[in-house]
Parts: sequence; structure tokens; C-alpha cells
Amino acid sequence: MFVIKCPHCFEAREEEEFSYGGEAFVARPESPETESEENWGDYLFMKRNPKGWHWEMWGHSTGCRKFFVLKRNTANHTIVGAWTLAEARKIYDAEEAIA
Amino acid sequence: MKKDYSIWKLLSQGLKHHEGWTPAWRSPEVKSSYDVVIIGAGGHGLATAYYLAKEHGIKNIAVLEKGYLGGGNTARNTTIVRSNYLWDEAAMLYEHSLKLWEGLTEDINYNVMFSQRGVFNLGHTLQDMRDIERRVNANNLNGIDAMALNAQEVKDRIPMINISKDTRFPIMGASFQPRAGVARHDAVAWGFARAASNYGVDIIENCEVTAMDIVNSQIKGLQTSKGYISTSKVGCVTAGHSSVMAKAAGIRMPLESHPLQAFVSESLKPILDTVVMSNAVHGYVSQSDKGELVIGAGIDHYTSYAQRGSPHVIEHTAAAIIELFPMFSRVRMNRQWGGIVDTTPDACPIISKTKVKGLYFNCGWGTGGFKATPGSGNVFAHTIAHDEPHPLNAAFTLDRFHTGHLIDEHGAAGVAH
Repeated sequence: MFVIKCPHCFEAREEEEFSYGGEAFVARPESPETESEENWGDYLFMKRNPKGWHWEMWGHSTGCRKFFVLKRNTANHTIVGAWTLAEARKIYDAEEAIA
Repeated sequence: MKKDYSIWKLLSQGLKHHEGWTPAWRSPEVKSSYDVVIIGAGGHGLATAYYLAKEHGIKNIAVLEKGYLGGGNTARNTTIVRSNYLWDEAAMLYEHSLKLWEGLTEDINYNVMFSQRGVFNLGHTLQDMRDIERRVNANNLNGIDAMALNAQEVKDRIPMINISKDTRFPIMGASFQPRAGVARHDAVAWGFARAASNYGVDIIENCEVTAMDIVNSQIKGLQTSKGYISTSKVGCVTAGHSSVMAKAAGIRMPLESHPLQAFVSESLKPILDTVVMSNAVHGYVSQSDKGELVIGAGIDHYTSYAQRGSPHVIEHTAAAIIELFPMFSRVRMNRQWGGIVDTTPDACPIISKTKVKGLYFNCGWGTGGFKATPGSGNVFAHTIAHDEPHPLNAAFTLDRFHTGHLIDEHGAAGVAH
């Protein structure tokens, strides 16, 4: 059980109010018709599933019903923060640029 | 000293205060080179090593385990064994496993306490009942024992189940597989370990694989916490940590690791002589030989490697069990735990070669791997020994997520484990 602060409601609420939406920032191939089976299968099914820091989507399903992005450690459930998609994308891109 | 267990040995040890027993398996020092290395000493990994040695004549095998033997999901499941799956590929694989279960105690000379007490998969809606009819017929066509029962027939076999129409999801009937049942989870790991060890397999505990040595898409060896091991064949059977191992090999996997929780009650007098599962209210229960009610449910929805989940999932499960068995409402719960299960998009395992030559993966068993332990090891051993899949696991490739040949068992087959 963890407590998540929804970046839309600005309130810390229990995990039960939220629903998990999977890995964040999975890019849809720009032209699916011409994409190879390999890339299309990767997009549909392959997951990072890291042991450690994970960028993931959550929906505040019994609250404001909006989606947001959470950075959480899958090894110990520590949460760094929650952001709207646009804000999270900036931080994510900056991190990826360093890595 | 003869290594077989028998009634005579038990009696003679009884006269000697049971002080003459020796460890069931050897704990040798790790060698620098092996023909085959299996990563993960759980039930599936040990079964793989056993069948490699027994059926394929490969004796120079190591099984590496980062923790202790059988300490992962083998120790954390609810021990249900059944084979009533819908699709041919899955049904045949699990039925192969069930047949091996039936002879396993004799085969490995270790009592795995396999008890064929039957499994009920309850239906609570008309659609549930249609799905059950379809699955039972599919099972029968595949030579698998199964029957569809109405609510009264369920009640006749399980007198204390609540088939009243006043519940939130009344029981309308069930599928029943008489040959299904439960087994003693630890004994499976210990039995396979002992049998493999007798064939000369080295089981190395507290040995974590930290990196894979891959040259020109061929596995050359493994970097471990006990030094470098050179080998040309590696079988990876690491359940919830399969994505971590795959990343070390530069392979992407369609896996998500989720916590799956279970719990047991205090010990009770014999009260439930079968296994009851329900997908609709989401819970399953059986009674162990110690008398505990063994209860489980679905996964926590977020990904995690922490081997613990959230309390509301337990609450939901307990509510489901009480709906089925109101008399359990005052039973006290004793222990609770979580395991990390590797789920695939189609709820079917991956038993496959990879793009790295000599590297094989057996993963993606998700919430239902225990029932497959002997069958999984058997076909995976064949895959490793021959560098091509056994006919029974030919469909369970990693490649199916690129070709689209998924085996869609999700929801279709009472997949709640």
C-alpha cells in the first residue's frame, strides 16, 4: 500500500483510489502500415519491467479521473514524485539524455 | 550408503534416533566450466536439470541460485495442479505436466504428497457457464478429464458451499477436474534437487549471476558472485526476475513482474477435501494437510520486485472466500506472503530459444507456474539438449509476440492459477 499525491488534485490519497496504467512514454510507431513485425511487436508487447526506478502511468480513477505519471522504485516502492504527462516528459527526457 | 528412501530405512533410522540421515543433496564448490548452466534453483530450474541428466545424458550441469533453493515462487504459491486449459497448445502442455505429476513421487523417490482431490472452477453468470461448457468440451476432446456441474451438484460435493441466490454473485455451477489437486511445494524442489544431485548435477546456492558473456551472439559464460563460469548453454528460469536476466543479455521480454499474494489460516480440523476456485469473485481455497486453509487471489496491479503487495488485495480475497463459504468468516488468518510473478500478455509461458545462441528462457508462467513444474522442466530440458523445442512447447516461443501467434488463455480457461 502506498500513498500517491495526485498532481491534478494536489492531495495525497491511498493507492486504492488509483489504477495502474503501465509503463509510461511508450512511443507508438509513426507509420504502423510500413512498420516491421519486429518493431510493431516491440511496441505492443515488450516491456522494460526494470528492477529499480520505473516511469509509469497511473489514473486517479475514483478521484479526478485524470492520468498522470509517477516515478517509483519497483524494488522497494519508494516514490519520487508524480507529475502531469507534459511535466513528467521534460524530466524524463532530461534523465534519458544523461543516461 | 544407499540413497533411496524406503520404509526400511525409516524404520532403521527410527531405532537410531534419526541421527544417521545425510543431506538430501550435495553442496559442492562451483567449477569453472559446465556443459549447461541453469539459472534459478526453483522447481522449474531443478526439474530442468533433472530431466537434462536423466533423459538427455548431460551430467556436467550447474544450477545457480542467488538465494536459497526453492525460496522464490516455489515456496510462495498455493500448490494447485490442474490441466483444464482451453486451447490445444496450453492444454497439452499442462496435461503433459499432470501426467508427470502422477508418477513423480516414484520417479524421484521423494514424496511430493501429490493429492488428486479435484479442482472446481465456479461459474457465477450465464456467460461463465457457457465458457465452462465450452472449456469442458474442449478438454474432453483433448482427452482431459472434465465435467460441467450445476449448482446443486456442486453443493452435493461441497456441502458447506453457499449456493443461495441471495449473494452478490450466486454460484450457478462449476467445471470439475477430478484428476487435478495439490502437491507439497517444498518437497517438489527438494525432491528434484536430490534426484538431480544424485545424477551429479552441482547445485550452487548463494551464487548470483551478475553479467552474461556474449560474443558474436553466442553465450560464452556467466559472471557470477562466485567467479566466472564458462559454458556454451544457459537456461534461464528466474520467474519474476526474468526481465533482469534478459536485460543482461540484451533481449527485450514481454513480461511484467507483479506481486501475487497468498495467505493461510490457523489449522482447522479437515473441512474442505477439494480445491475451489472462482474467477468472478476472485479467490481460491484449499486445505493443506496441516489443516490450514490456503487462500490466494489475483495479482497486485502495479509492477514490483518487492515480494509484498497491498492489504486491500487481501481484503478483497477474504471477502470473496467468505461469500463462497460464510462459515469461514471467523477463521483467523495466520501468515501472509507475496511472490513476484512474471506475467505475459497472453497468460501463457515462454519456453524458447532466443536470438543469443545457447541462451534459452523459460519464463512468463505468471500466476500459474507451480502446476507445470515437471512438464516445464521436461520440455525445457529437451529444448536445451536439442537446441530446438519439444513439440509440446513449439508454440510457446518468444517470437510469437512478433508474429502474432498468441495463445490467448487470458480469461478463457479459468486462469486464476
